[in-house]
Amino acid sequence: MLGLSSLKFPPVVKTEINLVLVLVTVLGFWTRLRNLSYPRAVVFDEVYYGQFVSLYMKRVFFVDESGPPLGHMILAFGAYLGGFDGNFPWNRIGAEYPSSMSVWGLRLLPAVCGALCVPLAYLLQLELGSSHYAALGASLLILMENSLIVQSRFMLLESVLIFFQLLSFFSYWRFYNASNSCSRYLWLIVAASSCAGAVGVKYVGVFTYLLLLGIASVHTWQLIGQRAVSHVMFVECGCRVVCLVVLPVLLYVFCFYVHLTVLRHSGPHDQLMSSAFQASLEGGLSRITRGQPLEVAYGSQVTLRSSASQTIPCWLHSHKANYPIRYEDGRGSSHQQQVTCYPFKDVNNWWIIKDPGRQELVVNTPPRPVRHGDVIQLLHGMTSRFLNSHDVAAPMSPHAQEVSGYIDFNVSMVMQNLWRVDISNREAESEVWKTIVSDVRLVHVNTSAALKLSGGTLPEWGFGQLEVVADRVSRAHHSSLVWNVEEHRYGTSHEQKEREVELHSPTHIDVHPNISFLSKFIELQRKMLTVKQEESEHKYSSCPLEWISMTTNIVYWLHHSTNAQIHLIGNLVSWGMANLSLAAYQLLALWYLLRRRRAIRDITEASWCQFQRVGVVCVGGWLVNFLPFFLMENTLFLYHYLPAYTFLLQLLPAVLEHAHTHLLSGKSQHRAGCVSAFAGLCSVYLCYKSFSPLTYGSPELSANQLQALRWQPSWDILYRRP
Amino acid sequence: MAKDEEDLTALRQRKTCLISENKRTLHTPLPEAQSNRLENEDDKQASNGTSCWTERSITPPGAQPPNTILVLLVLGLSFATRFYKLAEPPHICWDETHFGKMGSYYINRTFFFDVHPPLGKILIGLAGYMTGYDGTFPFVKPGDKYGHHNYWGMRGFCAALGSSLPVFAYFIVLELSHSNSAALIAAALLIFDTGSITISQYILLDPILMFFIMGAVLSMVKFNQQKSRPFCASWWLWLLLTGVNLSGAIGVKFVGLFVILLVGLNTAGDLWALLGDLQLSLVDVAKHLLARVTGLILLPLLLYVTVFAVHFAVLNKSGPGDGFFSSAFQSRLIGNNLHNASMPKYLAYGSTITVKNLRIAGGYLHSHWHLYPEGVGAKQQQVTAYLHKDYNNLWLVHKPDDGQDHPKTPELVRHGDIVRLEHKETTRNLHSHLQEAPMTRKHFQVTGYGINGSGDSNDLWRLEVCGGRRGDPVKVLRSKVRLLHVATGCVLYSSGKTLPKWGWEQVEVTCSPYLKETPNSQWNIEDHINPKLPNISLSVLKPHFLEILLESHIVMIRGNSGLKPKDSEINSRPWHWPINYQGLRFSGVNETEYRVYLLGNPVTWWLNLACLGLYAVMVAVASIALQRDVHLSQKRREHCWVLMRGGGQLVLGWLLHYAPFYTMGRILYYHHYFPAMLFSSMLTGLTLDTLLHSADLFLSPPRADWLLRLGQVALLFSVLYSFYIFHPLSYGMRGPLAHEPGSAMAGLKWMDSWEF
Repeated sequence: MLGLSSLKFPPVVKTEINLVLVLVTVLGFWTRLRNLSYPRAVVFDEVYYGQFVSLYMKRVFFVDESGPPLGHMILAFGAYLGGFDGNFPWNRIGAEYPSSMSVWGLRLLPAVCGALCVPLAYLLQLELGSSHYAALGASLLILMENSLIVQSRFMLLESVLIFFQLLSFFSYWRFYNASNSCSRYLWLIVAASSCAGAVGVKYVGVFTYLLLLGIASVHTWQLIGQRAVSHVMFVECGCRVVCLVVLPVLLYVFCFYVHLTVLRHSGPHDQLMSSAFQASLEGGLSRITRGQPLEVAYGSQVTLRSSASQTIPCWLHSHKANYPIRYEDGRGSSHQQQVTCYPFKDVNNWWIIKDPGRQELVVNTPPRPVRHGDVIQLLHGMTSRFLNSHDVAAPMSPHAQEVSGYIDFNVSMVMQNLWRVDISNREAESEVWKTIVSDVRLVHVNTSAALKLSGGTLPEWGFGQLEVVADRVSRAHHSSLVWNVEEHRYGTSHEQKEREVELHSPTHIDVHPNISFLSKFIELQRKMLTVKQEESEHKYSSCPLEWISMTTNIVYWLHHSTNAQIHLIGNLVSWGMANLSLAAYQLLALWYLLRRRRAIRDITEASWCQFQRVGVVCVGGWLVNFLPFFLMENTLFLYHYLPAYTFLLQLLPAVLEHAHTHLLSGKSQHRAGCVSAFAGLCSVYLCYKSFSPLTYGSPELSANQLQALRWQPSWDILYRRP
Repeated sequence: MAKDEEDLTALRQRKTCLISENKRTLHTPLPEAQSNRLENEDDKQASNGTSCWTERSITPPGAQPPNTILVLLVLGLSFATRFYKLAEPPHICWDETHFGKMGSYYINRTFFFDVHPPLGKILIGLAGYMTGYDGTFPFVKPGDKYGHHNYWGMRGFCAALGSSLPVFAYFIVLELSHSNSAALIAAALLIFDTGSITISQYILLDPILMFFIMGAVLSMVKFNQQKSRPFCASWWLWLLLTGVNLSGAIGVKFVGLFVILLVGLNTAGDLWALLGDLQLSLVDVAKHLLARVTGLILLPLLLYVTVFAVHFAVLNKSGPGDGFFSSAFQSRLIGNNLHNASMPKYLAYGSTITVKNLRIAGGYLHSHWHLYPEGVGAKQQQVTAYLHKDYNNLWLVHKPDDGQDHPKTPELVRHGDIVRLEHKETTRNLHSHLQEAPMTRKHFQVTGYGINGSGDSNDLWRLEVCGGRRGDPVKVLRSKVRLLHVATGCVLYSSGKTLPKWGWEQVEVTCSPYLKETPNSQWNIEDHINPKLPNISLSVLKPHFLEILLESHIVMIRGNSGLKPKDSEINSRPWHWPINYQGLRFSGVNETEYRVYLLGNPVTWWLNLACLGLYAVMVAVASIALQRDVHLSQKRREHCWVLMRGGGQLVLGWLLHYAPFYTMGRILYYHHYFPAMLFSSMLTGLTLDTLLHSADLFLSPPRADWLLRLGQVALLFSVLYSFYIFHPLSYGMRGPLAHEPGSAMAGLKWMDSWEF
C-alpha cells in the first residue's frame, strides 16, 4: 500500500489507501470500543485476571498456572496506562467499580486487539490468494461475530491470543509471497514474534505455532528440493530456522524476565516456590532469612523444609503426643513421640543439630560447620527428644520405618538416633551444609534408611499432619527424601528454658542467596506446568463437542436490578454457515484429491494451490485449536473455542469464492451465487443485531423479548419475574 | 541433467515398488513410459494369477534369503533363554495373581470382570486346562506357593509365545533391510534382553499381546512383499494372517489398537499408491480395496466378536463380576439371584428393594454411615452409586406419612405416587435440597437425612414409570423408573463421575434439574423382597448378544479409565521407559527372598535409545541428499531407501506404541513399553547395520570391511557380555541386595533408581 519512490528531491511519498480496509477497520473499532466502560462492574473472568493485574500494580509475586505471564502483563499494562493503582478487591462478579477507577483503561488493550482482528482477517485472506470480495466477507464475518465482540470488550485474553495468531499467519504468508528481498525477513520476524506472543498469552498458542512451523518446514523443504538453486540456500534455511525457532524461544523467556523483574515483592504464592526462590523476593522469606548464618554448624537451630514436589510446603515437626499403642488396623507402634511434617510455621518446627560426641547445644566460636558425610543427632527444640528411627512399621506406610522422638520406656528399645548428612547437590554447591541452598538427605546410620515425606496423612490422633517415615533409599533424587534448612540461627542458650525463649524469638542475621534468572525461570515454568488446578465443574463449563453447535452459552454479567445482561453467545447464523463450509471444504478436498490421484485435473494448478493454502490455514488452524481440548482435563468453557472458530470463519468466504469461480457456470448461476452470498451476509447482520442487546448489555430487554432470543433450548438466559 | 531428472521421476513414481524393481530401473535407466509399461506387464501377469507358481525367483536380486542355520540358531537360543529356569520361582509373581486367577475362572466357568478383552485369558485358561491344571489354585496374592498345582503349563505357553518374538524380529528386519546381519543384530538384542526374557516367563498377557503384534507386523511386511503378484494364494495368505493377528492383538489388550493403526496407515498408503497407478483400472483398485476391507476389517471384527461369544458362552456361572453389569445381563448367569428369578412382580409399599441405574455400568443406589465432608454441600450422609452387591444397597419403600406398620395386604406403588425411600441399614431417608452436588456443580446434592424414617418434606419423591400412565403399577426389573424430587422438581441422577477418597471412590449420585430422559436418570428395581406378596418366577428378557457385547465394552472402557494413579503411589512415567529408569519387582523384596526384577538389559536399551537419535540423523542426511539429488552410487541409494522405507515403518511402529501413553490418564507401568521396545530393537538392527555398511564413506575398502566385521563382533560381544552380567535379574537372585558388596549384582546398580 505504501511505496517510497526512489531518493529524489523533493522526496515524494505516494500512498494507496484501500478504503474498504479503512472502513472495516473503523467499523471494527466502533463495534469493539463503543461505550467500553459499560457496565461499570466486574464482568465474569475479569474477577480472575483482575487479581493478577492488581498484583502487578503492587509488584507482588504470584504464580498463575493457567498461562504464561505475557497476557497478564498486557492487561496490567493497560491498567497502568489507565492509572489503576491496584486497590480493588476483585472478590465477586458484578461488583461495581469505584468511579475513580478507569475501567476504560482496563479494557482498552483487549478491545484494540479484538478490533485489529477485523482488518487482519481481510489482509490474511488476501495473502492466501483470495479476492477482495472474499477478504471483505471474512472481515465482515469477524466484525459481526457477537461472541468475539463480547470476548474483546472485557479484560480477557482470548482477543489478544486471536490477534497474535492471525498476525503470525498473515505475516508469515506475507513473507512467503514477497519477492526475494531482505525486507521480507522483517515479516518473518513479525511472524516469529507474534508466535511468541500467542504462546506467551496462553499455552494453547503453542499449537498454532507448531502449525506455522509445519507450514514453514514444508516450504523450506521445497526450497531445499529446488536443484536450480545453489547450495547458498542453506544459509537462507538457517536464517529461517533462527527466526522461527530461536527468536520465539528467546522472546518467550524474555517475557518471563520482565515478569520476574517487575514482580519483586513476596506474595500469596511464595510457599509454592523453593526456599532459594523465595529468598530472592523482597519482604517474604528474605525478611526472615536476612542475616541468617549461611553455614549450618553443630549447635545450629534450624527448621527443615521438605522439598517434596507437592503444592503445600511443610516442615519437619514434632509435638508432645505419642503414636497410639495400636493402630486401627491392629498393628502396634512404638508409642514414642510423633514426628510429622507440618504445613505451617510453628515453634515446634525447630530442631537443634548436635554432635553425637559432645554434650553442649551451643555453637562454638568459631562455628564448626557440618559437612557432607558427617553424623549428627537432631534434637527437637521444645521437647528435647532426639529424632529416632527403628524397625517398627510406620503408621500409614507399613513398608517403611517409623520415625519418632525417642522416649525410653525401658522396653529394650534402644535409641537409634544417629543420622548421616548426605548433601545431594554438593557438586553444584559445596561440601558444607548451607542454609536454603543445600539439598540434604538424612540417612539413618543403623538402618541406612532416609528420612522421607511419605505423602500420607495421619488420622485424627496425628492431628491430620503429614506422615514422615524412614524409607530405603531407592531413588537418588526423589524429592520426598530431600530436606533443606530454611530458618537458621546459631544457638547460644545452654539451658532448656532459655532455649525455648530463644526459639520463640524471630531469627535475624545476614546472607543474600543468589539465584540466577535462568534457574528462577526454569523453576517457575516447571511449577506453572505441574501445579494442578483443582478440578471443579463450573456452572457454565461445557465440553468441546457442545461448542460446534454452540449449545451452551455463558452469562457474563447481569445488572443487579434490571434485566440488562451480557452473554457469551455467538452469531448462530455465521456459526451454522461456517460449519457448513467446513463440511463442503472437506468433501471438495476429498473429491479433488481422489480425482487428481487418477490424473484428472478439475482445476488449474494455481487454483489447486490456493485451495490447499486456504485449507491448511483455516481448517488446520481450526483443528489445532480445537482437537487438543479433547485431551485436556481442566474445566472448559465456550470461549476456549473462539480461536479455533476464528479460523473456521475465514474458511467460509474462501469456499464461497471457490464455488463461485470453479463450480458455478453460466451467468444465471453466478448471479444466484452472489445473491445468496449477499442474503447470507444480511442474515448474519440481522442475527448480530438481534443479539446485540446481550452483547453490549444495553438496551435492557423485557422478559418476553429475552425468551424470544432463546434460540437454543439449552441456552441459559436469565430474566427477572415481574 | 535431463536424463538424470527423468531417471529420478521414474524413481519417485515407483517409490512404493519393491526395492528390486527400483534397482532394475536404476541399472538400466528406462524412459518413464517404458518402465511403466514394464510394471504393467508385471501386473497383468500377476492379476491373471498364473505367475504365482512360476519359477520366477521370489527373493529380489541383492536381497539375502533367510539363512536356515541362522534361523535355527535364533530359534534355539530364544527358546533356551526363555525356558531356562521357567518353573522358578514356584510361587505367584506379580500380576500372575490376576491373570492366573482369570485363567482359573475360565476353567471353572465363573463370570468375572476385567478391563482387558478376553482372548489372552482364554488362551491362558486353555493352556492350563490342556496341561492338567484343574483351576483350583486360588491365586490370592503374590508370593503364595503353588505347591502341587500345575502352573508350568501356563508359564510354558506364555514362554513359547515369547520365544517366537526374536524369530519374528529376524524375519521382519530381513524383509525390511534385505540384510542377514541386520536381522541377526535385531534378534540378538531381543534374545539377550533380560526384560524380554522376564516378561515372557510368567503368566501374563504381555507375551501373548506381543506375539500377536509381531505376528501382525511380520504378516504385513510379507504381504507388502507380495505386491507384484496380487490376488495369488500367498498374497491372500499373508493378508488374512495379518487380519487374524490383528484381531488377536486387540483381543488380548486394547493396546492392540496401536498395531491396527500401524497396519491401517500402511494399508492406506498402499491403496493410495494403487489409486495413483494409472495403469490400474478403477475396478482393479476397487478389488484391492474390497480385499483389504475383507481381510483387515471384516475378518478381524468377526474373530474379535467370536472371542467374546466364546467368552460369554464359557462363563455362565455367577461370579465376582456380576455387579458391574445390568440386571438383564446378570439373569444369564447360573447362580445369580436374577437367574430364573422369582420375586413379587409389582412393586409394593413396605418392600425391600435395590435400585440400579440404567446407565451402562451404572451402580446400585447406595448409602453408608459416612457424611459428606466439610465444604461439600450439607454435612449429611452420603448417597452414592456402588457397583458391587452389598447390604447397603437395600432400601425400603414407604408412603410419605406412614410409620413402620403396614396393612396385611400390601398396597402397590403406582405411577405418579409420592414415596419415601428409607435406607435399610442406617434408617435415613433419600433426601435432596438446593445445595450443589459434589462433582456435577449444576446439579443438586442427594443425601441421607432424618432417622428412623422421620424426616422432612425434602424426603419425598414422585415415582414415575417411563412411558407409563397414571395408575400403572411398577414392574420389578422391567419398568424404567424415574424418581422426581417433589420439592425442587429435579430428578435422581447418576453422573458416572467417581467421588474422591472421602466418597470411597464410589460413583456420584445427584439430583438433576434437567429433566431429559437419559439412562442416567432412569433406574430399575432389581431385588424386591416382600414376604407378604407371592413370588412369581420372572423370565427376564434375555439380552441380545450384541447388547451384551456393547455393554461389556463400555464397562471395560470405564474400568480402564477408572484406573487412575493413586496419590500416594509413585507412578511410572512414559519418559522413564526408554532410558530404563526403573523396573518392576516381580518377586521378592528382602535379602532372603528369591528376587526377580523386570528390567531391560541396560546395554541394549541404551543402545536402542542412541540408535533412535542416530537413525534421525542418518535419515535426515539421506533424505536431504535425495532431495538435493546428490549423485549417489547404487549401493548408497539402496541404503537410503532401506532407511527411509523400512526404518520409517519401524519408527512409526515405535511411535504408535509409545507416544499415546503420554496422553493417557490411567496408571502406567514400566511393562507398557515392551511392544514399543520390540520396534526400537528392530530399528537398532537396521540402523547399525546400515551404518556399519556405510563405513566405506570414510575408509578405503579393505579397512571399511575390517571395521564392519569389528563392529559386528564388538556389538555381539557387548550384548552377550551384558546379558551374562545381568542375567540374575531374570533368572532370580538371592542373598544381599546390590548395594552391598557380597551380592551377585554388586557394582551393577548403575542407576540409583533400580531396586535390586
